[in-house]
Amino acid sequence: MTRYLKSAGYTLGLPVILLTGWWFASAGSTNPFWPPLSTILEAFPTTWTMDRIVGDILPSLARLGIGFGIAVVLGLVLGTAIGLSPSLRALSEPVLEFFRAVPPPVLVPIIALFAGYTGWLGKIVTIALGCLWPILLNTVEGVRGLEPTLTDTAKSYRLSPWRRLVFVILPGASPRIFTGARQSLSIGVILMVISELFGANRGLGAAIVQFQRSFAIPQMWTGVIVLGLIGVLLATLFKLVENRMLAWYVGQRQIERGA
Amino acid sequence: MTFTTLLSGRSAKAPEAPATDVALDLRNVQKTYDTPGRPEVEAIRNLDFRINRGELVCVVGPSGAGKTTLLRSIAGLLDLTAGEVVLDGTPVTGPPDGMAVVFQEYGRSLFPWMTVRQNVELPLKEKGVPKAERKAKAERALAEVSLTEAADQHPWQLSGGMQQRVAIARAVAYEPTVLLMDEPFAAVDAQTRAELEDLVRSLWKHLGVTVLFVTHDIDEAVYLGERVVVLSNRPTVLMEDVSVDLPAERDQLTTRSDPRFGELRGHVYSLIQKAKAGHRPDEDQEA
Repeated sequence: MTRYLKSAGYTLGLPVILLTGWWFASAGSTNPFWPPLSTILEAFPTTWTMDRIVGDILPSLARLGIGFGIAVVLGLVLGTAIGLSPSLRALSEPVLEFFRAVPPPVLVPIIALFAGYTGWLGKIVTIALGCLWPILLNTVEGVRGLEPTLTDTAKSYRLSPWRRLVFVILPGASPRIFTGARQSLSIGVILMVISELFGANRGLGAAIVQFQRSFAIPQMWTGVIVLGLIGVLLATLFKLVENRMLAWYVGQRQIERGA
Repeated sequence: MTFTTLLSGRSAKAPEAPATDVALDLRNVQKTYDTPGRPEVEAIRNLDFRINRGELVCVVGPSGAGKTTLLRSIAGLLDLTAGEVVLDGTPVTGPPDGMAVVFQEYGRSLFPWMTVRQNVELPLKEKGVPKAERKAKAERALAEVSLTEAADQHPWQLSGGMQQRVAIARAVAYEPTVLLMDEPFAAVDAQTRAELEDLVRSLWKHLGVTVLFVTHDIDEAVYLGERVVVLSNRPTVLMEDVSVDLPAERDQLTTRSDPRFGELRGHVYSLIQKAKAGHRPDEDQEA
């Protein structure tokens, strides 16, 4: 019980301090762009009604989910292939370096030209393309960095390519894959918002821009808070999945460190 | 499946087979590493020896004698430059069926994301052994190495010696005709090593499997082997094929204090010293 209280204290401590600080620092503010936190919180329930949740938040999250999902699948497939084949790697390396260096938001206007500003397609493509690189590059490294003795063991027991992939290569690369996926997810959240800034009329990012343009400043702030909360929620979900899938890795590392 | 019946049929038959039956045949094996942009390295100049079915043969040599190169060549993990390795009458061109390898780095040869049981069962799954039989075989193999209790733990939760026993159990459950061991006990402490040596002897005796055991430890080689193949320094040739005429019943106390053990140990030791000093049988012939 005390352990849970303690961990809750660590988790919530800093947010509570920051919110309290914000509350008092903004309390008497008359600056219209910097409304008191109390005003922002008052605007919250009237702003984020069921209609907005269904019409703005859920579609945004769905696009994020689909785009991220596409990136994971593509990243795993391409990354494994490139990681396993030296010739494919030599062939693709310059191209990969080029695309990695292009900041994903730059793609938004280009993709919009081809896939349209208002539909789902352009947004999903934007998110998927931005999320792809961290997963892809980390998968390549994870597959390449596989312990040679494990590969030898798999070979000497004549494991079929399929079993080798499922039971040896992917689990062995999974710590790196998760590192990549975590980076991708935060890029995905950013792109989810950015993809809605141009010409979209529904979605979380679009809503925030509309509030700003119509000088509904407290509402704009609530949008930023919602975004932050979604970020925390996604990170928590990700951590849960990661802890489950990488339990072996965490345990092994603890023992290696002599804990 | 016919595959499994075939296999169990063979392992049951193996001990009755005549002693002259050759399990593993190395014919003029040569290996030169030829990496582009680097000088050629002649690792193995010529090795030509055979191991009879059911024999336990140890290979020793000075450090850098290409022991691991030799083992990887036999395991089909490395292409030969010339010559061939023949397992059960079939030339080895890739990892052959009926061969299991226990590597030195136990911590890196077990799959850390699987439990001990899953590690032992994975090669059996590949062989197509049905689930119930697979489970029974894994149980039996783990019992052989006294690790029944650890079946549901992960390898990294076990001590080094226990991990190497898991690797041995995995190899035993596979029911190979030839078991290759690459300095399997180099990284465990002396007491554990003695236990594991006795484990290998007892498994060999009642499973009737052919064992090729590579080590750098002269005592270990003489204690375990029916024969000790002594290698020269690089490029490797055969120094001598020493026959170990110790009683079949061996234990750490009496065997190691047997005067004959001392003589054999001394003989192998002097061969290794000669090998280290650059003495080579192939050059003697030329002189």
